[in-house]
Amino acid sequence: MASATATEAAVDRAAVFEFLLSMGDNALILGHRLSEWCGHAPALEEDIALANTALDLIGQTQLWLGLAGEIEGKGRSADDLAHHRDALEFRNLLLTERPNGDYGKTVMRQFLFDAWHYLCLTALRDSSETRIAAIAEKASKEASYHLERSRDLVIRLGDGTAESHTRMQAALDDLWPYTGEMFMNEASDAELAAAGVAPQPASLKNGWDALVAEALAEATLKKPVDGYMHKGGKRGVHTEHLGYVLAELQFLQRAYPGATW
Amino acid sequence: MSSEWPLWEVFIRGQHGLNHRHVGSLHAPDAEMAINNARDVYTRRNEGVSIWVVRSSDIVASAPSEKGPLFEPSNSKVYRHPTFFDIPDEVGHM
Repeated sequence: MASATATEAAVDRAAVFEFLLSMGDNALILGHRLSEWCGHAPALEEDIALANTALDLIGQTQLWLGLAGEIEGKGRSADDLAHHRDALEFRNLLLTERPNGDYGKTVMRQFLFDAWHYLCLTALRDSSETRIAAIAEKASKEASYHLERSRDLVIRLGDGTAESHTRMQAALDDLWPYTGEMFMNEASDAELAAAGVAPQPASLKNGWDALVAEALAEATLKKPVDGYMHKGGKRGVHTEHLGYVLAELQFLQRAYPGATW
Repeated sequence: MSSEWPLWEVFIRGQHGLNHRHVGSLHAPDAEMAINNARDVYTRRNEGVSIWVVRSSDIVASAPSEKGPLFEPSNSKVYRHPTFFDIPDEVGHM
């Protein structure tokens, strides 16, 4: 039903669908993780700010998964895709499903993701698929603020007290092995890049390294060396944590299929 | 021990041309975070185009006990209100 653009005709629909799932699932799972803080954050202001970020991400999820369903052409809505897929069918980065930990760890996870998200969305604004470019245009403004905020908090907590510094370094060291996945090219990525639909993941690495290195230096945190990197999220091979996230996220629609407000 | 963040008063300008209005207060460790927090707490429903924050402790207020001497004398000065002019309908609400 969608206007089949030249791009779409040239690129495998399945590859575009998978890509859209990965964008939507990253936002959905991280948005859900952040929502777990609602009512528990260390200060009222932080609580509201995190909830805002979570809502931005859930809003983006609706756009990405909505378009994914449209491209797939099987009549699945964003809600269907969010609530009626099992863990194996989720395409989010493993980083986004990491447990919240303490507040510093949540902030660090957010920063590492935001830096990537911002660069990725900025590149996607030039996508040859105009509907992707339109979503990226809107989402990149939100991501820009998310990054400003999480970067600021990483610097404040890293360069804060001895306690906050120790916690931030521990969070960084713990999460670092989950950052490599953001830049790993899958087979379909070359095809998408060639058609101008999306950037090759690896092409974002230099920009991300520079952005992160600059903030970590200001935060007096030691940037870990790139060692073993976990992967699998983009292929549906997830850690055990995703199952628990989905159990909560999907409970209502699984127990009462089709329930509405 | 003062581990509490200081209090800030938040002023938001809703549209171009209108004054900043006091909308509430919040806690933040410094001015930069106060602006960020104000954005997150007070402009969630598209309320603003500009934010001011001021440390609450920097605001000097009149004493409630001086309400009488300060304000009552102006009660009886009706001639200070421009109510004796006929305003043409075309002018609209002033």
